[in-house]
Amino acid sequence: MGDKKKVDLTTFKDAVLDKYPKKVGKKRAKAIINNDPDNMPVIQANIRTIPGIITQRGCTYAGCKGVVLGPTRDIVNITHGPIGCGFYSWLTRRNQTKTESDQDANFIPYCFSTDMQDSNIVFGGEEKLKQAIREARELFNPKAIAIFSTCPVGLIGDDVHRVARQMKEEFNNEVNIFGFSCEGYRGVSQSAGHHIANNQLYKNLIGNDDNVTPKSKFRVNLLGEYNIGGDAFEIERIFEKCGVELVSTFSGNSTVSSFEQAHTADLTLVMCHRSINYVAEMLETSFGIPWFKVSFIGAQASAKAMRKVAAYFNDPELTERIEKVIAEELKIVEAARQVALPKTNGKTAMLFVGGSRAHHYQDLFEELGVTTLSAGYEFGHRDDYEGRRVIPTIQIDADSRNIEEITVTKDEARFKERMTPDVLKKMEDALGKDEVEYNDYNGLMAQIGKGALVIDDLSHYEMEKLIELYHPDIFCAGIKEKYAVQKMGIPLKQLHNYDSGGPYAGFQGAMNFYNDIAMMVSTSIFKEIKAPWEREEVVEASYVY
Amino acid sequence: MLLRHTTPKEIDRQALTINPAKTCQPIGAMYAALGLHGCLPHSHGSQGCCSYHRSALTRHFKEPVMAATSSFSEGSSVFGGSANLVQAIDTIFTVYNPDIIAAHTTCLSETIGDDMTQIVSKAHEDGVVPEGKHVIYCNTPSYVGTHVTGYANQVTAFVKFFSKATPKKRNVVNLVAGWMEPADMREIKRMANVLEARTIMFPDMSDVLDAPLDGKHHMYPKGGTTIPDMVATGDSKFSIGLGKYTTEDACILLDNKCKVKFEVVDIPIGLKATDRFITSLSRHANVPVPDAITDERGRLIDFIADNHGHFYGKRVALWGDPDTLIPLCEFLVSMDMRPVYIVTGTPGKPFDERMAAILKDIPEVKFMSGERADMFRMHQWIKQEGVDLLIGNTYGKYIARDENTPFVRLGFPIADRAGHNFNPKTGYVGATNLAIDILNALLDHRDRTCAEEKFEFQL
Repeated sequence: MGDKKKVDLTTFKDAVLDKYPKKVGKKRAKAIINNDPDNMPVIQANIRTIPGIITQRGCTYAGCKGVVLGPTRDIVNITHGPIGCGFYSWLTRRNQTKTESDQDANFIPYCFSTDMQDSNIVFGGEEKLKQAIREARELFNPKAIAIFSTCPVGLIGDDVHRVARQMKEEFNNEVNIFGFSCEGYRGVSQSAGHHIANNQLYKNLIGNDDNVTPKSKFRVNLLGEYNIGGDAFEIERIFEKCGVELVSTFSGNSTVSSFEQAHTADLTLVMCHRSINYVAEMLETSFGIPWFKVSFIGAQASAKAMRKVAAYFNDPELTERIEKVIAEELKIVEAARQVALPKTNGKTAMLFVGGSRAHHYQDLFEELGVTTLSAGYEFGHRDDYEGRRVIPTIQIDADSRNIEEITVTKDEARFKERMTPDVLKKMEDALGKDEVEYNDYNGLMAQIGKGALVIDDLSHYEMEKLIELYHPDIFCAGIKEKYAVQKMGIPLKQLHNYDSGGPYAGFQGAMNFYNDIAMMVSTSIFKEIKAPWEREEVVEASYVY
Repeated sequence: MLLRHTTPKEIDRQALTINPAKTCQPIGAMYAALGLHGCLPHSHGSQGCCSYHRSALTRHFKEPVMAATSSFSEGSSVFGGSANLVQAIDTIFTVYNPDIIAAHTTCLSETIGDDMTQIVSKAHEDGVVPEGKHVIYCNTPSYVGTHVTGYANQVTAFVKFFSKATPKKRNVVNLVAGWMEPADMREIKRMANVLEARTIMFPDMSDVLDAPLDGKHHMYPKGGTTIPDMVATGDSKFSIGLGKYTTEDACILLDNKCKVKFEVVDIPIGLKATDRFITSLSRHANVPVPDAITDERGRLIDFIADNHGHFYGKRVALWGDPDTLIPLCEFLVSMDMRPVYIVTGTPGKPFDERMAAILKDIPEVKFMSGERADMFRMHQWIKQEGVDLLIGNTYGKYIARDENTPFVRLGFPIADRAGHNFNPKTGYVGATNLAIDILNALLDHRDRTCAEEKFEFQL
């Protein structure tokens, strides 16, 4: 696309590791690699963070309640614990939602907590939790109530699952109530929380409702899309324009009933592999719905994703419609790209965020002619870097073992074989073998260039060092990093919450992103950091007579 | 409607908190620790706590908020977090080189009973605390009190670990700052300078959370109370605590430990609270009040008098922290406004007593503190009978939009507007700023909503 910028990044590792205590340096060394897509190196990922290192990572609760379940509007999400966890996950993720009418349930602007006090810690909090559920029902009469465990809950032995069962019985099964053992300490990052959320979605919601009236022959699920800044709205627009029915999105702009009907779709598309691949696999095992990795981040990626849908359904009319939409949309997008390109072409970026965004956004940067010098995840696993082919070689450690593994079996009554060697063959012919990503994900390292620095669980110190040594034109991370980086005179684009921008997904989103990046790399104020009297070129004053 | 499920019908809630007017202790400790120069706050618990607190503080200040965590795993939750904290201390001093690590606990480390004294002494024994460096700590269990309590506990820890009495008292007054903005602290210091009073403020977030952009990230910005100053607070002749909930414990400890007498006044928000602060400072620093300050006061009086018609009788709902709400309600009353609904999630009798006294002439008032004194309840009261103005943190914007009510942002967190850390609300100047904000909110609303024939050039 644009001009590639070459920077030697091989010296970084040595430059940065010296500073650490010996043992720490040894551990960090395995998480910092120079990429080689042809001979992919092993990267350390999903491993405990070293205490004191200043990490970007959060906790299991954040991944479960905040990320996966947060965007669903009609569940009353009760945080069982002291007030903080509920408070910090209250409206802080920009997952937008739109009800069909003013009468529909929307609990997203609310924060519900049992606000545990010391007496609850000493004597147990189950009774308070039960009472809180009764009060939630009396005040809000929701379809579903979810309970999220915070750190002390597991330690004092409150059983949220038992409480959920008991309350369900008390309400004669009129309200679906389920709990999550997502105590913050359970995993090494948010990732454990995603997994725990996936399990419970499967156990308590997916498959509950067979009563569907199909709106289209082509029915798909979209997994791992959280409607930050309205991303899901834009993807919904594209699907609608193409005549494809979106049965469910996990979980941007979602409802309980969409989850309950997800098993009736014929295809699953996976955006954020890290946070939701478990549900994708469960849907395939139980119901025979095949899943494919896609991304709607980037105009070309969005086109590719829709072409995958076309190739799968293999219906001439649908294919024609999709191609028409792509052509129409890309024309407008290209015009916007040409406006941004003169400002962005040849610039460099670094991306340290999430479990898929640090990969997906490279497409958008490529479209802008921006080279990604370095990237890494906050909570990705090795498969998110190296591709799913390495899964059998990943060692299961104690931190992964304490996440419940659920047994998923074929649902004999409702299983429908959809994926045949013939379908796959046709898809491979249409798209190219590597592009299909059926039950597969090629990972970040298949895309980022040779020699690029890939760093897992970047520490604050490493971030400063990256900037000091390589001066990227734009740095992408989250709110905790934003202002430290900007103090160094480099604009930081938040890729968790998009600052206050977005959507960035789909075709409209790509144009928003082009515009926002062009804006950020041409921020004038950064040129004014030095006062006139601090600049070297200031001429000494002389007297004029 | 955004809060479409909120109805006027209250039920007798015993367990469920909805839309809290508080958060948990550790974030208060983290905020206060940023007010010591060269200090890195450290959260002893799960990673999420530290991440959430840093995010919340960062969104509010739009400034870097650096802090570290013990990164508890399931193992540390079972066997104790000692090894994690010792390793954290080693890593922090080696890589980030602060002068002080200020560790605070979380509900996790408190529930498993980690003994901070023991762990920190182990860190010293293991030799991971370099010569001349400090590790201080405080207990901040999230299931006791609120963020306000955490702030108070951290400030008290400063005194516990640093304040020292030598035989020689100095003619200095300690200003123990309650939870307020960096700009508020800067304004209080400015007033003290105008009075020519010698003071030490602690904690002091000015020049920390309102730092200039100079092309470098300073892990430890130039602001914050220095260690020598913090030590010297023990030799000061008097302490003025600004805000009972956040500073009284520290004042008491300083009195017990170093015999520094004290007086706790309100945070100087509004006319009368500033009057009391200036009077106290003048008396205890033994300096006269110069005309410059009296003039600032006069300008505030002038502004209120000139615009009194717009303030008079306006019904106001407020939520936030006791140390802010008490002087703020008093200020509104002094402008003849009517604070009618007030909630704070922070428990404590002093709030109830002060509110009863300040609002004694407003028979329709409803106020509540502690558990379930939340924004949902306040909104239900508003649904029962509306108000003319809302004052509180950003969470109020949902009520403001639903009820079409003017809204002034004040408190923590403010995540959708900027500048609150620049624009003081303390002192006479700050009170004038606040009165201007209130007036503009009321008049903007009037202009936006009145009938065309009632739309006027002059107001």
